[in-house]
Amino acid sequence: MSITKHAAQSQVMTEEVTFRYDYALGEVAGKFMDGLREGKILATRCSKSAMVYLPPRAFCERTFELCDSWVEAGTSGVIESSTIVVRGFEGSRPPPIAVAFVRLDGVDSAIPNYVEGLDMSDVDKAMEKIRPGARVNVAFIPVPQGRVTDFYFVLA
Amino acid sequence: MPEIVGVLGTYQSDFKLRNQAMTFPEQAQQAAIGCLAAANMKPDDIDAIVFSLAPTAFMGVADADRWSIDYIFGAGKPMLRVHTGGATGGSVVQAAHSLVRSGIYRTVMIVGAERISETPDAQKVLNQIFDPFYEKDMPLQTITTVAMMATAYMLRHGVTQEDLARLVVRQRKNAMGNPHAHLKGIITVEDVMASPMIAHPFKLFDCCPRSSGSAAMIIGNMDAVREYQTRPAFITGVGAVSDSNWIGDRIVPSSEYDFIDWKLMRLAGGKAFKSAGITDPINQVQVAEVYDAFSIQGLTQLEQLGFCSSGKAFKMERDGAWEMNGQVAVCPSGGTLCTNPIAVAGLVRAIEAADQVMGTAGEHQVKGVRNALATAVGGIAQFLTCSVFSTDHVTEH
Repeated sequence: MSITKHAAQSQVMTEEVTFRYDYALGEVAGKFMDGLREGKILATRCSKSAMVYLPPRAFCERTFELCDSWVEAGTSGVIESSTIVVRGFEGSRPPPIAVAFVRLDGVDSAIPNYVEGLDMSDVDKAMEKIRPGARVNVAFIPVPQGRVTDFYFVLA
Repeated sequence: MPEIVGVLGTYQSDFKLRNQAMTFPEQAQQAAIGCLAAANMKPDDIDAIVFSLAPTAFMGVADADRWSIDYIFGAGKPMLRVHTGGATGGSVVQAAHSLVRSGIYRTVMIVGAERISETPDAQKVLNQIFDPFYEKDMPLQTITTVAMMATAYMLRHGVTQEDLARLVVRQRKNAMGNPHAHLKGIITVEDVMASPMIAHPFKLFDCCPRSSGSAAMIIGNMDAVREYQTRPAFITGVGAVSDSNWIGDRIVPSSEYDFIDWKLMRLAGGKAFKSAGITDPINQVQVAEVYDAFSIQGLTQLEQLGFCSSGKAFKMERDGAWEMNGQVAVCPSGGTLCTNPIAVAGLVRAIEAADQVMGTAGEHQVKGVRNALATAVGGIAQFLTCSVFSTDHVTEH
């Protein structure tokens, strides 16, 4: 009997594993999600470095001090990077999907989200419209759920 | 006085999408046995083991290092796992290096294996590395986030999709000389441009495959080098650096180390070059095995490592600077772009660099290699490593 020969028969054992999670938000992300329910995008600020962070942080990565105030981010901003996902990703939405990191007015960092309302019949042309440097506005879904997908971007 | 550290032997399996004839620990064993044979050593000659293991959700067995203990002759020896995502294979070499350099162990075996295609849900697995509150709801994974970096880099430096395609053509051609490579062949810029769009600007041929296989490297101090290896590659420089998890902090004007230009690699490379005595990389380094899971990644690192100024590497690609017989042979093996076994992809870069120095690279051997570098990149470039392998060891200063 040959072990090698037997193992070469490409047998597989199939299994499906499901895990469930309740992610604790903590104070900072919790306040951000509460803000979304009120139609606000909340950022944190460190008075020592004057940096305004979005997503909000508990502490400043420059000074290692606590971020000591909350500020409301602007409702417009600039695209820092973008892509259109055409295939190969099985997410909650069918492709094509436009996604961008946007630096909102009054904020020093960029936050990712979907870009909606974009004609993507020609992907190259659509990419031109959302190229880095393009301006976008923030829009909210009708009934916010306290999730980052409560808001999205549309071309300004 | 720190120990001098040399490579005693290397091994890599052939890489392909699936290996249905072997289990994961059997693949790890294949590398361990192959590497011991290459160094003419026995299991008892190994003092400690560093295991190269990235996310295990791809294969569905957590803690597969434990699964492998007996197979790699680990029982009774100190053994530790290192995990920095795609940079794992770079980090294991540096962890093992410090274990030998510090004088703790005479010999260390670095070994690992990978099988990504055990699950059809690989992209979903990769999405799990993102922040659950702010990022995971978006279609973010390695392809899409590096695509976003590419969008900004290409706009900033006037690089086109055809420029990326030229690099893919060169590396697939290089891989023809590498019996272990997963993807290889003579293709054209038109073929790359015609491959299906995945995430703009990346098309299918701009992206690495999912590869299964295994790899190992044994390193040791000068005493072990004298016993086991007549033509060693010395590890003369190591540098590693990590950056903020927040991608959105690293692509804005206030960024300290801009992710678009991969500025962080300058730090990792600078440290490695300093101890290796490299001040003029393009004239002192003959082979650069840069970690490029996507077509944009490798040359941007070369820029930061000082081979040319920022934004110039793709223009130099047009002139053939990075060909096998060019100014520097970039990824003679075909690189990560042609073969990506995530857990050991960085280790394969290090093995390729060491083999080039030892003169054992085979058909894709570059002539007259005195220094070769290997990089590795993990997460969304949150973990970077750069290691230098040389024919001569550097006298301690």
